[in-house]
Amino acid sequence: MNFFKKIKNKITGQTESVTEKFKGGLTKTRQSFASKVNNLVKRYRKVDEEFFEELEEVMISSDVGVNTVLELIDQLKDEARTRNIKETEELKDVIVEVLSGMLTKKDEENELTFNPNGMTIFLVVGVNGVGKTTTIGKLAHKLKQEGKTVMLAAGDTFRAGAIDQLEVWGERSGVNVIKHQEGSDPAAVVYDALVAAKSRKVDVLICDTAGRLQNKVNLMNELEKVKRVIAREYPGAPHEVLLVLDATTGQNALSQAKQFSQATGVTGIVLTKLDGTAKGGIVLAIRHELDIPVKLIGLGEGINDLQTFDSDQFVYGLFSDLFSEETESDDHE
Amino acid sequence: MAFEGLSDRLQETIKKIRGKGKVSEADVKQMTREVRLALLEADVNFKVVKDFINRVKERAIGQEVLKSLTPGQQVIKIVQDELAGLMGGEQSKIQFSPKPPTVIMLVGLQGAGKTTTTGKLANYIRKANNKNPLLVAADVYRPAAIKQLQTLGGQLSMPVFTMGDKESPVTIAKEAIKKAKEDHHDIVFIDTAGRLHVDDTLMEELEEIKAVTDPNEIFLVVDAMTGQDAVNVAESFNERLNITGAILTKLDGDTRGGAALSVKAVTGTPIKFVGMGEKLDALEPFHPERMASRILGMGDVLSLIEKAQANVDAEKAKEMEKKLRTMSFTFDDFLEQIGQVRNMGPLEDLLAMMPGAGKLKGLKDAKIDDKKIGQIEAIIRSMTPLEKSDPDIISASRKKRIALGSGTTIQDVNRLLKQFKDMKKMMKQFMGNTKGKKRKNPFNLPFM
Repeated sequence: MNFFKKIKNKITGQTESVTEKFKGGLTKTRQSFASKVNNLVKRYRKVDEEFFEELEEVMISSDVGVNTVLELIDQLKDEARTRNIKETEELKDVIVEVLSGMLTKKDEENELTFNPNGMTIFLVVGVNGVGKTTTIGKLAHKLKQEGKTVMLAAGDTFRAGAIDQLEVWGERSGVNVIKHQEGSDPAAVVYDALVAAKSRKVDVLICDTAGRLQNKVNLMNELEKVKRVIAREYPGAPHEVLLVLDATTGQNALSQAKQFSQATGVTGIVLTKLDGTAKGGIVLAIRHELDIPVKLIGLGEGINDLQTFDSDQFVYGLFSDLFSEETESDDHE
Repeated sequence: MAFEGLSDRLQETIKKIRGKGKVSEADVKQMTREVRLALLEADVNFKVVKDFINRVKERAIGQEVLKSLTPGQQVIKIVQDELAGLMGGEQSKIQFSPKPPTVIMLVGLQGAGKTTTTGKLANYIRKANNKNPLLVAADVYRPAAIKQLQTLGGQLSMPVFTMGDKESPVTIAKEAIKKAKEDHHDIVFIDTAGRLHVDDTLMEELEEIKAVTDPNEIFLVVDAMTGQDAVNVAESFNERLNITGAILTKLDGDTRGGAALSVKAVTGTPIKFVGMGEKLDALEPFHPERMASRILGMGDVLSLIEKAQANVDAEKAKEMEKKLRTMSFTFDDFLEQIGQVRNMGPLEDLLAMMPGAGKLKGLKDAKIDDKKIGQIEAIIRSMTPLEKSDPDIISASRKKRIALGSGTTIQDVNRLLKQFKDMKKMMKQFMGNTKGKKRKNPFNLPFM
């Protein structure tokens, strides 16, 4: 059985709707990536240097990043040599295997970490315009659906309208929002929210923060302070520091991941806006170059379109077109 | 930063061919490969990179190298010329309508920074062109987007036209134009909702807004951090709306901003402005040459030169040069130079603009201590005029006095004296070389 079919079988047991969400959200990505690879395979037939060069381009065009691509291509060349693969058609499965291997190379969980005894606190960080507030709105809704009580802290006191935006989300999903005035100290808002959350005994407190570019030292210090306040008031917290990344972002996402990690110890990544034509190839680069798992991905604008990241689902969503013909013909046997 | 490896590699290649009188085809190939990687790593779209590299190759191969330039410089110059040429030309001017109001529409993906940019642009044009703007809140989808524009309008004391989030954006835009005419606003800025370029319904809505408002300018607002997808985004928006220009936001981050090149290449429309910060006055005209340097990771040499020109008195500089040549450079002159450098702004900023600064180990992340400079100044100021002009007379007891006077230690004084001596020695070499026949690059800048 080939590798792609193994993944397919693995996820068949899972709910159809989740698979459909992944497939649907990744349509654009899949179409461009898979059709490009297919095209390549048809044009070359034989595995040679030129084939790899073009494959390199396909991956680069998906924002995977030069360093990661070079490594992937090296791996593929090695595999092709050791398995004595001459036909490009045969190599397709190896491509899926190598990419999947890079996404799941570590055994960590993609699930969010919750505090088993007491309140769970999430801190959400990221640069401007990646969708932090929207993500929090969706996440609050998701947790609420799972039967948890949720509270939000309006820690973005800088951007005009940010507090109102979070409040709208709070209303939509029916959760309380703790806020101060625009321009007030975010650490103070978070502190108040912590006190309120403790006294009301909510299950999960999600803290919003203002978007900031990772090279602004003062703003990064402010973020450190917010995290310190949380840790001081609630030992063991925050249980997740989620960095929200825009899937259309290019190589700068790596710099974001690095510097936000330094300041706040990021524990997971939320990849948003994957429903455009962006390839989200940066997921591979982040997996490859940094030690941070992707935990959630945003596959659409609906309130239900935030999903737990599942690398099998992701790879399947990414490649299902690549193998559709084969799989169908196999099924007939 | 992630890119320094590439920048280093590029400089490494250039170093190798530095001494050659003529650039061979293999040299050019090697160099263009590095340039290609640098551009890709800067998020320039791979198709754009391919075309670009081919053009550079054509121009570079077999080119006779100018006498005053080293081959490496020559190739880089071609690359930079081509890059700047590709990106620029046109000025950041706005097309005003002969019959007011002028209508400017801002479009783009979610989170690109349209609303903030609307405020900044209106502020900029009000000041630069003495206009009376009306802001239009046509983003009825994102929660609190209208509130955001109203807040910005309040900060700028600019009226904001809104009909709440229940009316269609097309109606809002139409009514806004009417209102502008009534209230004698000569320019209208329409802030539209962020949308995916593949969202047919919402893209149609933009076409309708365009139809009813007949805008003079349609600006695509693009996040400078956008990756390879910038091409698709720009292409789609341009196909639907015929955009007239682009505004690059969040360029105050540490992104290379290759998206700028991609957008320009696929739409053919100029990039007019860049967003350089969160404050409402942080919008600047676009400079193609600077962007070219930034994408290549060569440092913002031009900005540095500009800063230097603005702060260094030309007369003084001439005098200084003469002193350097005659080796009569003293501690007094040194002090003056420190003062001038200080006028240019924090040293770290200056350093960041210098090409190859990343290459000097230690300098890369060095937080240059302005206090240290203060210390140097204190030491020099504690010297007698005689000591300043002839440091050789500074004996042990004089050192002791100077250290005491400046609140430093004898070691600090020794260090400064040694540095000054070394500096003079270096200058001597430099001057000697320029007189000699063989002029080697004295500064050893990596791209030379």
